[in-house]
Amino acid sequence: MRLKSTLAVSALAMMAANPAAAEIRLGAVLSVTGPASFLGDPELKTLEMLVEEVNAQGGINGEEVVLIHYDDGGDANRARTFATRLVEDDEVAAVIGGSTTGVTMAVAPVFEANEIPFISLAGAVVIINPLNPWVFKTPHTDRMACESIFTDLTARGLSSIGMISGQGGFGTSMREQCIDVAGEYGIEIVADETYGPRDSDMTPQLTSIAATDGVEAVVNAGFGQGPAIVTRNFAQLGIDLPLYQSHGVASDAFIELAGDAAEGVRLPGTALLVADLLAEDDPQHAVVTAYRAAYEDRFEEPVSTFGGYAHDAFWIMAQAIESAGSTDGAAVRDAIEATTGWVGVTGEFNMSPDDHMGLDLSAFRMLEIVDGGWSIID
Amino acid sequence: MRLSPRTWTLIILAVLIALAPVTFPSAFYFRIGALIFVNGLAVIGLVILFGYAGQISLGHAGFAGIGAYSAALMPMHLGLHPALALFAGAVLSGGLAFLIGRPILRLKGHYLAVATLGFGILVFIVLNNEAQLTGGPDGMAVEDLGLRAVSDALGLGLRTAEVWYWFMGLVLLLGAFLALNLHTSPTGRSLRSLHNSEVAARTLGVDVVRYKLTAFVISAVYASLAGSLQALLNGFVTPDVAGFLHSIEWVTMAVLGGAATVLGAVFGATILTALPQALTVFQEYEHLLLGLIIMLVMIFLPAGLLPSLGKTLRQGESI
Repeated sequence: MRLKSTLAVSALAMMAANPAAAEIRLGAVLSVTGPASFLGDPELKTLEMLVEEVNAQGGINGEEVVLIHYDDGGDANRARTFATRLVEDDEVAAVIGGSTTGVTMAVAPVFEANEIPFISLAGAVVIINPLNPWVFKTPHTDRMACESIFTDLTARGLSSIGMISGQGGFGTSMREQCIDVAGEYGIEIVADETYGPRDSDMTPQLTSIAATDGVEAVVNAGFGQGPAIVTRNFAQLGIDLPLYQSHGVASDAFIELAGDAAEGVRLPGTALLVADLLAEDDPQHAVVTAYRAAYEDRFEEPVSTFGGYAHDAFWIMAQAIESAGSTDGAAVRDAIEATTGWVGVTGEFNMSPDDHMGLDLSAFRMLEIVDGGWSIID
Repeated sequence: MRLSPRTWTLIILAVLIALAPVTFPSAFYFRIGALIFVNGLAVIGLVILFGYAGQISLGHAGFAGIGAYSAALMPMHLGLHPALALFAGAVLSGGLAFLIGRPILRLKGHYLAVATLGFGILVFIVLNNEAQLTGGPDGMAVEDLGLRAVSDALGLGLRTAEVWYWFMGLVLLLGAFLALNLHTSPTGRSLRSLHNSEVAARTLGVDVVRYKLTAFVISAVYASLAGSLQALLNGFVTPDVAGFLHSIEWVTMAVLGGAATVLGAVFGATILTALPQALTVFQEYEHLLLGLIIMLVMIFLPAGLLPSLGKTLRQGESI
C-alpha cells in the first residue's frame, strides 16, 4: 500500500506537455518574486505587454508568439530547473531572462548546450566576456557607468577621487570595475572606503575621504538606501566637492530619500528616466516616450529602467526571428549578431559576433539633480 | 522468508528509482528526479537528527553551503578533483558541526532552533560577502564531476540528465541504507532513547551529549554532500544554497513526509520538489497552495504524511 501511495504522488510530477506547431514559443525565466522582484516584476509586465502588442499586429512572420514564463524567486537552482524545463519540455525557440547575474550564469550553460539564443537582463560583464556564442544581454554594465563618470570628471578637469562603495553585490562589483578602468582615464583613486548594507551613518568614511589630501571629487558606488544616506551625510558635513552617484540609484525615489542634499549630485542615467527632457530630435525620444506611455497607461505605475531592458531584449529577439525567417537557433543567433543601429530604450545597439551587448557610452546620459528634478548635462 | 522493514524500505526505494523513468517524457524529468534525490539525501540526514535524536536544526543549509562551495573552490584553488572536494567538504562540515555542536546542543527546543538558525545565516553572510573568493551574490562556476565522461567510457549511451539521475539514485540508496542501519544499531537505539526522554536515557547510562553530537555531525555530513552534489549537478553555485529558506525547505520536507522515517523523508522531498513544478500554472498562488497543503497536513496528519497514511491503512486492514 505504501508503494501505491508513493507512486500516485510521483505521478504528480509527470505533467502533460504537448508543444503545438505554427507558433513561436518564447521562454522567460524571471525573478518575479523574492529579493530581486524589483527587477523581475517590471520585466515580466513588459514582456507580456509586448507579446500582446506583437500578436495584435499579426505576430512575427505571421506566427503567433506564445510567452512561457517561470518565476525563479531569485534562486539560481530553481532557475536552472526552469531553464531545463523551457528547453526540454516547452521546447521554446528563444529565451529572455535571468534578472540577476547569478541566475543568468546558472542558466546560460543549459541554453548553450541546446543551442538556443538567450538574451539576459542582468548587468555584469562576465555574462558576455568571455563570449558565449548563444548568450546576449541588453543592460549596460557597471564598468560603463564608471567610464561615464570618469569621462565627466575629465571634462571638468578633475583627476583624483575618493570612492565610497556599498558592500552589496552591486557596490562590490562596481567598485572593482571602477578601480580597474580608472587608469585608462588618468583618474587616481586616492581614498577607498566601504559601508555595510544596513549602515545608517557613513559620516566616518566621508570624514576620512574629505581629510585625504588631493581629493577633488567623491564617487559613491551603491544601491538602495545607502547612497541616499551618503548624500545626506555628505551635505551635513558640508564637504565642498562634486558628488557622483551610480546608475543604481537613478530613480525619483532617490531624490525623495536624499531630499535637499541631492542638489548638485551627478549620476549616469538612462534616457528613460528623463523621457520628458529629451529633445524632440533625440534618436531615443520616440521609443522612450512610446514605451513609457504604454507601460504607465496599462500598469498605472512608474516605468523602470529594468523593464526597459526587457523591452529592448524582446524587440531585438523579435526582429532577429523576423529577419531569420524561422526559429532555427543558429539563424536567429546570427540575426541577433547582425543587429546594428537599432535604437532601444537603453541605447543604440550595434551587436556583432564579438560584442553581444552592442551598447556604447552614449547609452548613459550624465544627469544632475537641480531643484529636486533631473537635468541633462551635455 | 520474512524480510525486515529495513530491507523493504530499500527495495521500495530501489524499485521506485528504477521504474520512474519509464513514465518520463523528457530529460527535464530526469533533472527533477535528480533534485528529488539530492533533497532526499539531505532530508534523510535531518531524519537522523530530528526523528532519531529528537533535536531540531533550522540551519542545515549552512552545511550545504560549505559542501557546495568546497566543491566549487577546492578544485579551483587546490587543484583537487571535484570528487575529492566533495569528501573534503563533508569532512570540513562534519568537523565544524563537531566544534559548534558541543556548545549549542546544550540548548533545547526554541533556543536550539535559534542557535542553528544563526549558524546557517552566518555561513550565508560569509559566502555573500567574501566576494573576491566566492563571487558574492553573483555566484561562481563549478568544475564538471566527469560523470558523463565515465558513462560514455563505459558505453552506456546516456544523456547527461540521465547519468545524474542514476548516479543520484545510487547515492540516495546508499544514504538510506546507512541511515537504516544506524536506526537498529546500538548508537541508533541510544539516539532514540534520548529522543523519548533525555533524563531516562541519562539514568540508563547513555552519554547524552556524545550521542546528540553524533547525530548532529552525521546530519551535517548528509547536508554537506547534498550541497556539493547540487552544485556539481548545476555546474554553478550561488549563496542561496546556504540561505535560510533552503533550511526551512528541508525541515518542511522532513516534517511533511514524517520526520521519523527514511521513506517519509524521500516522500517529503518528492512532494516538495515536484509540487512547485506542477503548480507553475498557478504561479501567483504557488506559495499559498503550498502553505495550505502543509497546514492541512499539520492539522490532520500531525505525524507526517507517510506514517499517518500507513497507520490509517493498517487500521483499515485490521478491521
